[in-house]
Amino acid sequence: MLILHCPYCGVMADETELHGGGEAHLTRHGPGSSDEEFHDYLFAKENPRGVHFERWRHVNGCGKWFHAARDTATLEVFGTYSAQTTEPPQAIRDAITARRPGWTWRHLAGSAK
Amino acid sequence: MSTRLATGGRLIDRSRLQSFTFNGARMTGFAGDTLASALLANDRMMLGRSFKYHRPRGLVASGAEEPNALVGLGHGARFEPNQRATTTELFDGAQMISQNHWPSLEYDIGAVNQAFARFLPAGFYYKMFLFPRVFWKHVYEPFVRQSAGLGKAPDAETRDADTYEHFYAYTDVLVIGGGVAGLQAALAAGRTGARVLLIEQTPHWGGRAPVDGGEVADQPVDDFVNQCVADLEAMPNVTLRTRCMGAGVYDHGYVLGYERISDHAPGMDGPRHRLWRIRARQVVTATGAIERPLSFAGNDVPGVMLASGLRDYVVNWGVSAGDRTVVVTNNDDAYRTAIALRHAGLEVPVILDARAAGGGALADAARELGIRVENGKGIARVTGSKRVTGVAICAQAGEGAVLEEVPCDAVAMSGGWSPVVHLWSHCGGKLTWDEGSAMFRPDADRAPTGHDGAPFVTACGAANGEFDLAAILKDAHAAGQAAARATGHKPGRKAAPKAQAGEEAPLEPVWLMPQGAGIKLRMKAWLDYQNDVKVSDVQLAAREGYESVEHTKRYTTLGMATDQGKLSNINGLAILSDALGQPIPQTGTTTFRPPYTPISFGAIAGEARGPLFQPIRRTPIHDWHEAQGAYMEPVGQWQRPYCFPQPGESHDDAVAREIRATRDSLGLLDASTLGKLIVKGPDAGRFMDMMYTNMMSTLAVGKCRYGLMCSENGFLMDDGVVARLSDDTWLCHTTTGGAERVHAHMEEFLQTEWWDWQVYVVNVTEQYAQFGVVGPNARKVLEKLGGVDVSKEALAFMQWTEGTLAGVDSRIFRISFSGELSYEIAVPASMGRAFWDRLLTAGKEYGVTPYGTEALHVMRAEKGFIMIGDETDGTVIPQDLGLNWAISKKKDDYIGKRAQARSHMVDPDRWKLVGLETLDGSVLPDGAYAVGEGVNANGQRVVQGRVTSTYHSPTLDRGIAMGLVLHGPDRMGEVLEFPRLDGSVVQARLVDQVWYDKDGDKQNV
Amino acid sequence: MSEAASALDGASFEGLVRVADAGLRGMVTLRGDLGADALHAAVKQVSGCDMPGQRKITAAGDSAVAWMAPDEALLLCPHGQADATCAALARALDGVHHLAVNVSDARATFALEGDDGALREVLAKLAPADLSAEAFGPGDFRRTRLAQVPGAFWMPRQGAARVICFRSVAQYMFDLLTTAAAKGSGVGYFQA
Repeated sequence: MLILHCPYCGVMADETELHGGGEAHLTRHGPGSSDEEFHDYLFAKENPRGVHFERWRHVNGCGKWFHAARDTATLEVFGTYSAQTTEPPQAIRDAITARRPGWTWRHLAGSAK
Repeated sequence: MSTRLATGGRLIDRSRLQSFTFNGARMTGFAGDTLASALLANDRMMLGRSFKYHRPRGLVASGAEEPNALVGLGHGARFEPNQRATTTELFDGAQMISQNHWPSLEYDIGAVNQAFARFLPAGFYYKMFLFPRVFWKHVYEPFVRQSAGLGKAPDAETRDADTYEHFYAYTDVLVIGGGVAGLQAALAAGRTGARVLLIEQTPHWGGRAPVDGGEVADQPVDDFVNQCVADLEAMPNVTLRTRCMGAGVYDHGYVLGYERISDHAPGMDGPRHRLWRIRARQVVTATGAIERPLSFAGNDVPGVMLASGLRDYVVNWGVSAGDRTVVVTNNDDAYRTAIALRHAGLEVPVILDARAAGGGALADAARELGIRVENGKGIARVTGSKRVTGVAICAQAGEGAVLEEVPCDAVAMSGGWSPVVHLWSHCGGKLTWDEGSAMFRPDADRAPTGHDGAPFVTACGAANGEFDLAAILKDAHAAGQAAARATGHKPGRKAAPKAQAGEEAPLEPVWLMPQGAGIKLRMKAWLDYQNDVKVSDVQLAAREGYESVEHTKRYTTLGMATDQGKLSNINGLAILSDALGQPIPQTGTTTFRPPYTPISFGAIAGEARGPLFQPIRRTPIHDWHEAQGAYMEPVGQWQRPYCFPQPGESHDDAVAREIRATRDSLGLLDASTLGKLIVKGPDAGRFMDMMYTNMMSTLAVGKCRYGLMCSENGFLMDDGVVARLSDDTWLCHTTTGGAERVHAHMEEFLQTEWWDWQVYVVNVTEQYAQFGVVGPNARKVLEKLGGVDVSKEALAFMQWTEGTLAGVDSRIFRISFSGELSYEIAVPASMGRAFWDRLLTAGKEYGVTPYGTEALHVMRAEKGFIMIGDETDGTVIPQDLGLNWAISKKKDDYIGKRAQARSHMVDPDRWKLVGLETLDGSVLPDGAYAVGEGVNANGQRVVQGRVTSTYHSPTLDRGIAMGLVLHGPDRMGEVLEFPRLDGSVVQARLVDQVWYDKDGDKQNV
Repeated sequence: MSEAASALDGASFEGLVRVADAGLRGMVTLRGDLGADALHAAVKQVSGCDMPGQRKITAAGDSAVAWMAPDEALLLCPHGQADATCAALARALDGVHHLAVNVSDARATFALEGDDGALREVLAKLAPADLSAEAFGPGDFRRTRLAQVPGAFWMPRQGAARVICFRSVAQYMFDLLTTAAAKGSGVGYFQA
């Protein structure tokens, strides 16, 4: 059972206070998008073994959505951060690189190597 | 025979007699006894029968590892099966029954399985019951059902008399196990100032050490234990709990502790069990070790016990398992049992040491006491069936040729010790094989890791593979300090206490006794006592190609009993490794899963039973509804009146009366459960346009509009009336129980998609009590209450106003879900009941009639209005329901718009909403399908539609229904066939779904 | 509005601690940027309280202000003053994007009084929160869940706590609290 730091209210929140929301940093595709784009937006989600970016809502708490960078295999949490961003902030990426050199995720790469 | 010794027993209080019964026979024990020690003291060695062969089974151990001694305990509302006698404390008045036998423990019919044992090898059930297929139902299944299950289930109608609870505890360091290692680790951690919680599964501190003896810091180990406990109790940052087992270690330092508060004193105030839901920053497992049995023929005969268990019974409870005990071992520790027995005045005819070179100092001590010691010897077989009568001695190196027969009534065996690595392993801690001690021990380099990626579990003491007292204390001290340090607390310089270390000769692994035992012996050499798995079964599995230890476990059921292989695991996988010709570490262990020993369902449920099973949401009028005898139904977590039956009235009659009264004069509905959300801000208009399919930004202040809300994949998720309160503020009504979901949906998009939009949303659902005032006399009753102009001119259909109605602050919506002249009035919830009473009083002259959800449903169906959850099921889009009028064509975007353009969504073959009118006037069955010609690819009858809502309409005095039908709107007038479950068929014509007042004259007056 | 009734109309219970329906309380939800000076000033002006920091509650006289989220505060006042508080906030925040709404009747409030440790234990049986004195005390405010429903609590002083939840589950909450406070169910975890 996870604990995640809610970046909005500062609580180390027990998983039972939280609600998982799937993959983070999806780009919404609306009218005008191609069938493929829309299909991928709705259904093509990452499910890696390793570094992942996820959405969580502190539903039994401050009610805010936040993002977590987490290793799905070891459950190590590299950091949590604001949901109001389109990609992980540099500090989070650095934290992941420190622990998982060479990590990749969709179009993101973890190190210059 | 087994009996209570005249003296001794460090845990019992001989001045406090406790009487109990076993299978009806009255017996006595002492305070401090376990059920097991008390039974043994009354010469009850045989306590049950095994699962498969129904072989007589007696006590093997003295603790959590006991595989056999499971009893049904208690009676009536406190009966519970499968209670482990070794870990349950005796209490006065305890009632026990033995399990898994018929008709009695002594004479059991199932024991004939034994005679067929060689026909019931590993995998028997898998192989046997496959063929012939026809045998399954009448031969195999009844047999399996008769033999299945362990113990007797409590009476289904009886409710557990006890209460249970959870407790969330946060701590820096959690130490699991209160033996000397746990105590020392807790001391070392506690001295740093860290918050420490120390839990111990038994009622006593000290673990095995006081039984095994030794000296710490120049004092007897007993005194050391007492000193530790006193020191810990004096620390304000340390909490100690006995009778609290570490049940499981989970991700991110989450640990379950299972506290048995009143098992030893049933009926006392307070909960019986408490489930500790612990969040620990660091966990120290000081869970000790479990002795391994030896695999020799007849090692399951009652009277064959673990050497440590036998010793425990003598030292802790003053109980001897037998008068003459043969000790058989491959290590030095079992000599302690021989010595303890001799000190208690009991006979030890011989110690059989499988090691050719024999033991060390302890062996010398045994010899000095005059005990015969035979090196390089083992047991060929045990004689006796319900009780040991003797052993046949052989050379360990041979094939079992009997050298000598020795009469005895107990056998103390020791195959070495296995650290209790369960809690270390639960969350991913890895093990390493220690060749010297022939055991798996925690690999400190591969510890379980927490949220920060750092290790959070440290094993210490015997649980870490340390068995020497001095080494244990040193290891535990370091573990406690390390754990505290990891939580940011600085250990001092104090060192671990010095202990006297005794030299022991090394163990020699013995996986089979004798080493060359033939098949006849191996078929009687038990690995898993409860599930009847023998050495020969595991070897058979290996021969049949089972190489993975996990597969072998499932094929043979090795380790799958309630003891979860605590005794059998290592011996079994050693046999498997040998059969596969590979080293033990290559075979590995099966997965250790929580809980360590079974915990009660009551503890898991905690307070969530009876009225607290789940939350029930009540409106401000709930008490009134109940006082009226309303028949309530759950709608989500809400309780709503389904109808208000009068004395002698059926529910159907009540619904019909409520509808007629409403349509004829005046009905009242408690609509407080409707969700209400306020949306406000400079960008609220465009946000509303995104949330709803309709154009909401153009709604005029003071007006209402029916709105549809879809999910991003296009499906209709909620509907309701939206009112524009002011220039930048909208009030959104949602379905009952939908408020939280819709609120979350809005917040999700505001927080994660359009966070630059200036919009705030607040859920005000429960701020208001809301009432439908419905029927031709609705306006009259509001005018009578007075205070707000509700005339047609002042408040037209689909408008709202606010004011003080009958002296209460009100918001009045002129909306209708019934087709009648209708108002919905929202008042503060605290005034809800008072306002409701005023409506009843004022409405008396109009025969005011409260109505429930069923009348609401029927009236909306008569008007052809859809209901979320009836016409929708998560696969229906608004276009399916003919709601295109509520979908704006002017908007570039709204949630669900893109999805509704996908090929499947615009498929002309999607089923569409129509009315269904039975030709005979009957009511269509709910959910019935309209059938077509032919069969589909699965050979099923083709279907072309289904019923979504169906009622008897008292207004039309006939059955009415709505349904989704293939090309429905284009087939008006056609008649479709709907088979009923009984095979008969109802015919129904496709019609417009608006039955009542098509032109809306009634609502628009 | 003397006829106004709280959900449980004054129910009370004596166990490990005293649990009682605390009656009607004025409550106003204020959504807005709590970091903005305008909101600090408005809250101070309307309630007399300082804007609370993260997970804090401030009090002055009859009023208190609780931190609910970075963009949400809960103003507590006498029940009859909630509408006036909303109106005053609207005046003070004219031109500032915000939402202030009366939610007094959407909530139920319970008062727990008694031994400080026992009171913490009652809450710790229901909420996955660290209730130790080091982690939580007077001045702190915690939103969490209690068993299966969302709720929040704070301690006006040692040996006293207030629990709020939605009004519809008031009976559930009362039953939870009284079950957790049943005689004989003391844990002894928070006693010094």
